[in-house]
Amino acid sequence: MTVAPKREDYDVVVIGAGPAGLAAAATSAEAGLSTLLLDENVGPGGQVFRAIASTPVTDRNQLGADYWVGADLVQSLRASSAEVIHRATVWSLDRNLEIAVSLGGASAFVKAKRVILATGALERPFPIPGWTLPGVMTAGAAQTMLKSSALVPDGRTVIAGQGPLLWLLAAQILRLGGRIDRILDTTERGNYFAALPHAFAFLTSPYFAKGLSMMREVKAKVQVVSGVTELSASGDGQLASVSYVAGGRRETIPADLLLLHQGVVPNVNLAMAAGVEHRWDDLQLCWSPVLDANGNSSVAGIAIAGDGAGIGGANAAVVRGRIAARAAVEALAPAAAAKLPAMATLRSDLAKAERGRVFLDTLFRPAPQFRIPSGDTIVCRCEEVTAKDVLDSVAIGATGPNQLKAYRRTGMGPCQGRLCGLTVTELMAQARGKTPQEIGYYRLRAPVKPITLAELAAVPKSEADVKAVVRG
Amino acid sequence: MFKRSEQDKRPQLQIFVDGVAVAARQGDTVSAALLASGCDARRSTAVSGAPRLPYCMMGVCFDCLVTIDGVGNRQGCLVPVAEGMQIEIQKGKREIGR
Repeated sequence: MTVAPKREDYDVVVIGAGPAGLAAAATSAEAGLSTLLLDENVGPGGQVFRAIASTPVTDRNQLGADYWVGADLVQSLRASSAEVIHRATVWSLDRNLEIAVSLGGASAFVKAKRVILATGALERPFPIPGWTLPGVMTAGAAQTMLKSSALVPDGRTVIAGQGPLLWLLAAQILRLGGRIDRILDTTERGNYFAALPHAFAFLTSPYFAKGLSMMREVKAKVQVVSGVTELSASGDGQLASVSYVAGGRRETIPADLLLLHQGVVPNVNLAMAAGVEHRWDDLQLCWSPVLDANGNSSVAGIAIAGDGAGIGGANAAVVRGRIAARAAVEALAPAAAAKLPAMATLRSDLAKAERGRVFLDTLFRPAPQFRIPSGDTIVCRCEEVTAKDVLDSVAIGATGPNQLKAYRRTGMGPCQGRLCGLTVTELMAQARGKTPQEIGYYRLRAPVKPITLAELAAVPKSEADVKAVVRG
Repeated sequence: MFKRSEQDKRPQLQIFVDGVAVAARQGDTVSAALLASGCDARRSTAVSGAPRLPYCMMGVCFDCLVTIDGVGNRQGCLVPVAEGMQIEIQKGKREIGR
C-alpha cells in the first residue's frame, strides 16, 4: 500500500511538505536535481495549508485567501519532477546525510547530497492546571479538524491564549457556523508598551490590516475578556469548567471544550538528533538552530527552512524554502541556478515577509505564569510528572533536563519532549537561577518518532553489522 | 463537542469502534472521526490510567494513541479511516502481540 522511494540516492531530500518544504522541493526539482520530498501527513500542506488538496470546506472565503496560496505551491510541486511520499515518518537523519524513514510499518533508507529540513513548528506547551483533561485541546488541533474534516466546535467552547492564530481560528469557526462562548485573551498588558517601538514595521506589513479586520469580525460575535492573568481547567475525567482571573476578579464558566494557544515554536527534534547546533532565543523563548543566510546548519549538507529555522510565518517559510533550495542548486549544479530567481531577489522577498515579526513576537510573548507552572500542574504529559516533582528533583541535585530523565523520566515518553521540553528548561532555569541556554535541552536521538522493535529488527543488515553485536 | 459543517459532501464510510458501527467520512483521520462520532473515545494512560482525548491533532502529543485493526499505539490523528476499519479505544499500555 505504501510507496517506497524509487532510488537509494538523491541530490536533495526535503523533509516536510508545509510551505517551506513545498517551495524547496519544487525549486530543487525545477533546477534538475533529483529530489525526494518526505512528509508525515496524508497530503501536502503541512499545518498552515493543512488538507489544501482535499479540504471539504469549499467556500474559499471561509478559510481565507492566505490559505489558498498553498494550492499554487502544490501545483508548482506537482508540475515539477520531485518525487513525493506522504505518510512517511522520518525517524533518523545523521551526519552522513543518511535518512531512515518508516513507511507503512517498514523502514527504508535513502542518502542525500543535501538535506533541507522543513519540519516546521508546533504549538508552545500551555501547561495550566487541568490541561490534560479530555476536552482541552490546542487551537491548532481545532483548526486541523476544521480544515481537513470541516468539523467545528459544537458544545460550550472557550478559546484561551494569545497570538494571530487564535483570532484566525475564531473567525474560521464562526464562518463555518461553529460555537464559541468566550475568548480569554492572556496577552500581558505590559506587552503593548514593549511592542510599541516596533509598531511602525508592523503597520506597514500585510498582517496589520488583516489582523485588525479579523479581530473586529470576532469581537462583534463573541465576548472577549482581555488581561487574563490566571487560567485553569477542571472536571472529573472530562472538562467541566474553565476558571480565570481578569482584572483581579475570578470567574468560573461551564465548558465542554477549551482550546489553548500561546504561539508556535520550532519543531527541533529531527534537527537536534542530527547534531544541529541550537541556541536559546530570548525573544521567541524557544530553541532555534544556528544558521547562515542560506539556512545552512552546523552540520555540513543540512539546511533548515521554514518555521523550524525560527518562527517567521508562512510567507517567510516559502521564501526560506526557495533560498535553501537555491543554495543547494548552487552547490550541486551551479549552471542550473541561472534559471532560478536571483538570491538578491529572494533575500528582499524574505525581508518583506519578515517585516513586523519583532512586533508580533514582543506583543505576544507569553506571560511567565503560563510558561512556568507550579505545584500539581502536569509538566510532562506522557510520564505525568508535575512541576512540584521537577522542583523536588532540582532540590536533591538534578542539574538539567538530561539528569532529570534519570530522576523522573520527563521527556522519555512517546512525545520525546515535544510537549514538555521548553517547560522543563525554563522551570529548571528559574529554579537554579540560570539562563535557559545554560540549562540546555534534552539530548535527542534517533528514532525521533517511536518505531517498533520488529521494524528495527527487519532493517537490512550487512555481515559487518551482525558481527558487531553477535558473540562467537 | 464537534459537529460537521453542512458543506461537507465527502462520501460516508463505516468504521467500527469497539465493535459498534460508526459513520465517518472519507478523508477523516481516525481521531477526527472519533471526535465527530460522539462516542466516548477517551483512552487511558499507561502511567496512571488517567482518561485522555487527542490534544494536538498533528502527530506530536501522542494522546490520540489507539488500537487500529489489531495494532496498538497507533497515532489516530495521522491515520486516515478506511471502510470497515476496526478501532479499539486503548486502555493503558499496548499489550504484547497487539
